[in-house]
Amino acid sequence: MRARLFPHPLLTVLLAIVWCLLVNEVKLGTVVFGILLGLLIPIVTAAYWPDRPPVGRPIKLLSYLVLVIWDILVANVVVAMIVLFKSNKNMRPQWVVIPLDLRTPEAITMLAGTITLTPGTVSADLSDDGRALLVHALDAEDPDAVRDDIKQRYERRLKEIFE
Amino acid sequence: MITEAIIAALLVIGAFFTLVGSIGLIKLDNCMSRLHGPTKASTLGVGALLLASVVYSFNTADGSVHEILVMAFLFVTAPISGNFIAKVNMHSLRGKQALPPPPDDHVWGTYSEK
Repeated sequence: MRARLFPHPLLTVLLAIVWCLLVNEVKLGTVVFGILLGLLIPIVTAAYWPDRPPVGRPIKLLSYLVLVIWDILVANVVVAMIVLFKSNKNMRPQWVVIPLDLRTPEAITMLAGTITLTPGTVSADLSDDGRALLVHALDAEDPDAVRDDIKQRYERRLKEIFE
Repeated sequence: MITEAIIAALLVIGAFFTLVGSIGLIKLDNCMSRLHGPTKASTLGVGALLLASVVYSFNTADGSVHEILVMAFLFVTAPISGNFIAKVNMHSLRGKQALPPPPDDHVWGTYSEK
C-alpha cells in the first residue's frame, strides 16, 4: 500500500524542491503544489522504471555529493596548473581500464558521470558486458594509481549507497 | 561592500577557469586531451559565474535561485555530451591506435559488433 502511494520517496522530495526553485519563491502555496506534483508524477511514471535500485542510504548519497563537489574544486586547480604550466611534451595522457564491482546500471552511470566531472579524467566507454570502464586521464604517471584512486574513493561509496 | 567583493571574486574565478578551459582546448595536442578543457570550464567556471549571479540577486533584489537548477542540470548533462565526443574519438582512433582492452576477451561497447 505504502509502496503504491509513494513509489519513489526520493523523487517526491526532489520534484518538490525543483518546483520551488523553478517558481523561485518559498511560500506555502508553492510548497504544497510542489509536494502534490512530487506525489503524482512518481505514481504516473512508475511503469517506466520497473527494476529501479532502492537507494538504501539517502544521507550517504548527500555526503557523496559533497565529496564530489569538493573534489571538483581541488582537481580543477590542479588541472588548470597542468594546462597552463606543463608543456605538451611532458604530459602523459593515458588510457585507464577500470574493472567494475558495481552491477546496477544507475550506479555505473553515476560513477561515469563523477569521473567526467572531476577534471583530469574523462570516462569514454563501457565494455560490452558492462564490467569495465574505459577512462582517459590527462596527465597520469601511473595508470594503476588512477584506477585504485577511483575505485577507493568513488566506487566503494557508490556500492554502499546502491548495493 | 563585502558582498560586492565576493561577487567580483566569483566573477574573476569563473572567468579564469573558463579561460583556462579554452586555452586547454587550443593548446593540448590530441583529441582526447582536448576534451578535458571544456569539461573543466563547464564545472568550476560556469559554477562560479552562476554563484556570482545568485549572490548579486540576493544583494540587490528579492533573490533568485534559478541558477542552482541551471548548475544541477548542467552537471547532469555535461558528462553525457563529453561521453559522446569521446565515443566519436574512439571511432576515429579505430585501427590507428590500440586502446587497452577490457579484461576477459571482451570488447569496448563502442567497438562491439552486436
